[in-house]
Amino acid sequence: MPDSDPHIPATTRRQFVLATGGGLLAAALAGLFPTAAAADATDVEKWLAAFSPAKPTPGKITIGAPDIAENGNVVPITLTVDSPMTAQSYVKGIAMAAEGNPLPAVTVIELSPANAKAEVQFRMRLAKTQTVTAVALMSDNTLWSATKTIKVTIGGCGG
Amino acid sequence: MQNVTSRLLVPSTAKKGDLIEIKSIVMHPMDSGFVKDSNGKTIPREIITLFTVAFNGAQVFKMQFAPSISSNPFVSFFVKVDRSGTFEFTWTDQDGSVYKNQAQISVT
Repeated sequence: MPDSDPHIPATTRRQFVLATGGGLLAAALAGLFPTAAAADATDVEKWLAAFSPAKPTPGKITIGAPDIAENGNVVPITLTVDSPMTAQSYVKGIAMAAEGNPLPAVTVIELSPANAKAEVQFRMRLAKTQTVTAVALMSDNTLWSATKTIKVTIGGCGG
Repeated sequence: MQNVTSRLLVPSTAKKGDLIEIKSIVMHPMDSGFVKDSNGKTIPREIITLFTVAFNGAQVFKMQFAPSISSNPFVSFFVKVDRSGTFEFTWTDQDGSVYKNQAQISVT
């Protein structure tokens, strides 16, 4: 896989914040995954295209994380979305970004009614104290977001 | 990468319609490409980029990993089961390697 360093300036923190704040979520999300998308590019792009360019509404998704992370290398995250997860109404996907990391991309998760409960746990790196953002895309194509500020005592990601 | 192992926590039995939690961990350094070694040389990026889980051949979970995901990635999620079968876990490395594991569940 080619070195993706040329992508880094394309998704600086400021541009990311401007893009999401300006409602260009789809573009921002697409730009968020220069490396993660490479393994599965067409599929991911198609999926991200389903994200409307509308600005997400705060609510429905919750970021569970410690207020203070002692070790930025391993920060436990629980993403929960308020959804019945039925065939009529479910969460299609969740995207997460960490604006203070060298690459803001964290993950894109795809869910379906088979999950029955929209809750995913994983562990992430935080380079420094920062605000993380998660966006949920529902089956009716509405977008919901949440943010959480996490104080980091020892940063992850190196550098 | 060679010798990448994984561990799964999947209930071996469940009742039809039960909501079960699936936990997985894959032992992988997830080198972010931003860390320098003791000689000041950057350790090249080497990460798993994609994690998928299928039940009896149908996808039930898909997650992309970026360098912001911690080493030895742990992921847990929920799924509703209505029949016996096999969960197949697949992790795809940026170098093209594919790591697989599977777990059986008996649903009554």
